Amino acid sequence: MIGSLLILVKLKTDMPQTKSIFPIPDFTLSPRIDQVGVEERASRFTKRSIKKESKLKGLKLVLNMIDLTTLEGKDTDGKVKQLCYKAMHPHDALAGLPTVAAICVYPTMVKVAKKALEGSGIKVASVATAFPSGQAPKEIKIRDTKYAVANGADEVDMVISRGKFHAGEYNFVFDEIAAIKEACGEARLKVILETGELGTFDKVRRASDIAMYAGADFIKTSTGKIQPAATMPVTLVMLEAIRDFYYKTGRMVGMKPAGGISKSKLALHYLVMVKEVLGEEWLNNHWFRFGASSLANDVLMQMMKEKTGVYQAANYFSVD
Amino acid sequence: MEKQELKKSSLSISENGIEKKTSSKRLEVLKTYKIYIGGQFPRTESGRYYVAKNAEGKQLANVCLSSRKDFRDAVVAARGAFGGWSNRAAFNRGQILYRMAEMLEGRKGQFIEELMHQDSSKAKAEKEVNLAIDRLIYYAGWCDKFQQVFSAVNPVASSHFNFSVPEPTGVVSVIVPQNDSLLGLVSVIAPVIAGGNTCVVLASESKPLCAVTFAEVINSSDMPGAVVNILTGKVAEHAPWFVDHMDVNATIYCEKDSTVQKMMREKSALNVKRVFFYDSINWNTDEGQSPYFIMDTQEIKTTWHPIENIAGSGAGY
Repeated sequence: MIGSLLILVKLKTDMPQTKSIFPIPDFTLSPRIDQVGVEERASRFTKRSIKKESKLKGLKLVLNMIDLTTLEGKDTDGKVKQLCYKAMHPHDALAGLPTVAAICVYPTMVKVAKKALEGSGIKVASVATAFPSGQAPKEIKIRDTKYAVANGADEVDMVISRGKFHAGEYNFVFDEIAAIKEACGEARLKVILETGELGTFDKVRRASDIAMYAGADFIKTSTGKIQPAATMPVTLVMLEAIRDFYYKTGRMVGMKPAGGISKSKLALHYLVMVKEVLGEEWLNNHWFRFGASSLANDVLMQMMKEKTGVYQAANYFSVD
Repeated sequence: MEKQELKKSSLSISENGIEKKTSSKRLEVLKTYKIYIGGQFPRTESGRYYVAKNAEGKQLANVCLSSRKDFRDAVVAARGAFGGWSNRAAFNRGQILYRMAEMLEGRKGQFIEELMHQDSSKAKAEKEVNLAIDRLIYYAGWCDKFQQVFSAVNPVASSHFNFSVPEPTGVVSVIVPQNDSLLGLVSVIAPVIAGGNTCVVLASESKPLCAVTFAEVINSSDMPGAVVNILTGKVAEHAPWFVDHMDVNATIYCEKDSTVQKMMREKSALNVKRVFFYDSINWNTDEGQSPYFIMDTQEIKTTWHPIENIAGSGAGY
């Protein structure tokens, strides 16, 4: 069985790390999660008081961690170009702003985004593998991934096969992630668990373990198409999985909560959680991202409020 | 000995366990006067309160001393409700204002009692409540009529059909009259919401009881949550926030304090919001009701609609 296999995992992160061999555990034995405990612990992170300068620094960090996202059927080249401009110039009235981390689009839009972002240092992330349902044959998913990478995607956001996962076919899920990782080449792989469809924290933990052992560079909560999307408790479960994985293998894995984070205050709570669970090494956009579209404007509004002293209105910020 | 006394004062229970009568020593259940934000009745997030007293110094109630954050939350709620409320059929807005009047009529007794607690005589209190109900009916009627009265088809020298119509300005912050605690409140906010705006209201500081009870009337009259948000607290504290918030489109202030008025004029320049001072209006007379109050918080939109003009045959609309 898979649990007794030893495989060589190639590490393709920017951080200097050595090749390592580690045993693949039996995923049916992933730790069980205490739901009440996790919810209680997650709520504690919202009690920290972050004001004035530290808040401003936190907001800048949040802005710099955003994967500005548009994943709609009605996306056009023009919409993507506009979003790319917003990524490079979040709000020119405020001097000294960082850019966002990446633009997240469908594979067909990667070329447009890549060209629009040329020279800005902003990454292009592409969803792939029959996003958001993941209901497609493996070959098609691999071709989808290769298409995105060939067009210039720096990062690939894949979805796991939730149906197979629920049926207990963990080997299938594992192999699929490993195959996509191979198809990614140099691109970093984010694995979307779609926690809203997994149902329990136990399953979230198990899916996190499978994804990380199969080679994920990031684990991501949701597609944003299913409710509930990212919540603090579910993110905490995944952060703890990352921590345990790091202790066991010495390999860092990134985290991306996505969907439902639209307010600055909540984003700051997430930063607190990352710092207290994983530590400062993860507090940068190489290891932590927010998948969001409306969060950027709220962050900008809060920054303008700190600068001017008056509450802001959405009318004065670009529509994205 | 003590035991016997206790028995006397406790409730008398019949054999089948059903209460026969309540004790004469029953404690009255007093209402907590809370604020009204987004269709809910929260306490202020600040946890602060003040004691409202009448002229004799008798304590009326502990009232929420709202904070800047409460105001911010209320504006966010009001902005969220604006689209839905302004897009409703004008006739439907009229129906809802009428429903508010119905609800107020049904709770007349409670309002008269509260006004009397706040130093009004019975006759004056009755008159004030009646006038408040009539005023709601008055503006309920105007909801789908003021547009026709104030719209215009404009003569232009080109092939365009040119017309102007009033549209609601958005979120309006209101500091209501301090003395006519019910009638003033109703007279100022009715035209604002009749025109399709949403509002955040600061109740009379010294006489806040009716405002909170009026929130209950609004809450039970088919009015969507967050169209009217009512805070209680200090005017001096709230006045600057009411006028410098960038997401507020107009401010109404009903007192004569010239320092506050000057401050409001200055701060309103930030996002060129409209500021109105209803500082010398007698709300007890017909002077206190007019469709022009509705027009204060309306913007005029003018449309140039191209029309055919074939071979000099003249406009075809």
